[in-house]
Amino acid sequence: MQSAIETTLDIQQIRRDFPILHQQVNGRPLVYLDNAATNQKPTAVINALTGYYEGYNANIHRGIHHLAEKATAAFEASRRAMQEFLNAKHWQEIIFTYGTTDGINLVAQTYGRQFLKEGDEIIISTMEHHSNIVPWQMLCEEKGCILKVIPVNDEGELLIDEYEKLLTERTKFVSCVHVSNSLGTINPVKTIIDKAHAVGAVVLIDGAQASSHLELDVQELDADFYVLSAHKLYGPTGMGVLYGKKELLDAMPPYRGGGEMIKEVTFAKTTYNEIPYKFEAGTPNIADVVAVKTALEYMAGLGKENIAAHENDLLQYATEQLSELDGLRIIGQAKHKIGVVSFVLDGIHHQDTGVILDQQGIAVRTGHHCTQPLMQRFGIAGTTRASFAVYNTRDEIDRLVTGLRRVQKMML
Amino acid sequence: MTINEKQDEIIEEFDLFDDQLDKTQYIIDLGKKLPPMPESLKTDENRIMGCQSKVWVDAELKDSQLYFYGDSEPTAQISKGLVGLLIRVLSGEKPEDIANADLYFIPRVGMGNLITSLRAGGLASMIERMKAFGKAYSTVKQ
Repeated sequence: MQSAIETTLDIQQIRRDFPILHQQVNGRPLVYLDNAATNQKPTAVINALTGYYEGYNANIHRGIHHLAEKATAAFEASRRAMQEFLNAKHWQEIIFTYGTTDGINLVAQTYGRQFLKEGDEIIISTMEHHSNIVPWQMLCEEKGCILKVIPVNDEGELLIDEYEKLLTERTKFVSCVHVSNSLGTINPVKTIIDKAHAVGAVVLIDGAQASSHLELDVQELDADFYVLSAHKLYGPTGMGVLYGKKELLDAMPPYRGGGEMIKEVTFAKTTYNEIPYKFEAGTPNIADVVAVKTALEYMAGLGKENIAAHENDLLQYATEQLSELDGLRIIGQAKHKIGVVSFVLDGIHHQDTGVILDQQGIAVRTGHHCTQPLMQRFGIAGTTRASFAVYNTRDEIDRLVTGLRRVQKMML
Repeated sequence: MTINEKQDEIIEEFDLFDDQLDKTQYIIDLGKKLPPMPESLKTDENRIMGCQSKVWVDAELKDSQLYFYGDSEPTAQISKGLVGLLIRVLSGEKPEDIANADLYFIPRVGMGNLITSLRAGGLASMIERMKAFGKAYSTVKQ
């Protein structure tokens, strides 16, 4: 958890970039610690959205008028920005989706249905979000594939030795989360990918939680697929990215049929467009795609290493301060974590904790965080989760701790 | 006391509190005073689905009046308090009055996020279940 880099960011200045933070909730200044669910948007991103609608809203790609050309240019500029953000080799490898879940479903329904067959094994991990479990279960049901699961230890780390035992010549696909949304664990995805490739399996990495916290390089990782959501990296909701290696995307059949994804349509036969358009049927989410470029620029302006250093400081401080509370147990104490602290309070239901924190103006998330198998692994129904972003402060963590003391006083 | 008289009494009690936290404390304390529900009644059939925490409600008809029992899993004290509040208003009334009750006290007491954030806590589901009991027993002749 110790950060090698001292943060140089002026957090108070950064907070001024996020208008939503400056409000009272239940008579107290808002403390927003639900960033793993979605983080807040800087003014620059909000302006990019309104700027699009006020200045150059038009349908893209086939329009020949000025607005359509401007919108198309902005849309494709976002693709290039995302290519750079992920360090993808080709711009065609960036497919715009509705989000991480959509990206995983796309791969399961196209690559999975085309190339996996009965008896093939798919490996996921115990700490997957439901969105990286259910699409594979659906595929297994349809194709007769077998789902295998990498276990985790008591600290919330994947057991790589056990993963190695699961890998055989029958393993055809591995789908694993980069960073756990419930625990904050950073998984050794480079190792996971290399070991899967050694048996000839294809790998998808769910980067939803990693994207705003870690430096990403899909070529260095050698990921076959990498998926993320814009709304978790200071960008708009309802928009995400599927990165896939060109040769894989070329070989995959289209996902949805409609406009844009075709080359030529006749009633006798339709031929399909090239990637990325083959996977982008219908009018896409143009405004949000355009605005995501601004979100990437915003993060780059702060410097991802600076963001990580600040969040590490918050993680360390929160872990220390929360550990002072009697009856509080942190779930997930991995050596490598992002700024997520999940915990349970003895004798208090997480739902009650969330309600009473909210009454004090503090937003956290409570429940199973869409990771029920992981909660079952720890023998709990759910947790209270505080998750940090670049605009959070140590003062806000103090408010959380004071708020939790109040919860305990009321309940016990 | 009629259902509406009990509602008016609760509205007056809540008026004593300005702060949301004090209102919540009051509800938690109501839950703590709730008479225990026999374990044998905490069945899947009596469980209110749609709650983040486990909540059970059962009803019994005595002398033409319907009496409710309710509980939550031990740690879920706000849910338990809300069950207690509903029992206080509805228990011991005629089934048809329960089925037709207008629970106007809920928006009036200003429970704030106890209503909104407990959508998952299932206040609406609890009310629905208790009214369903009222409706079912309205047609039962003793």
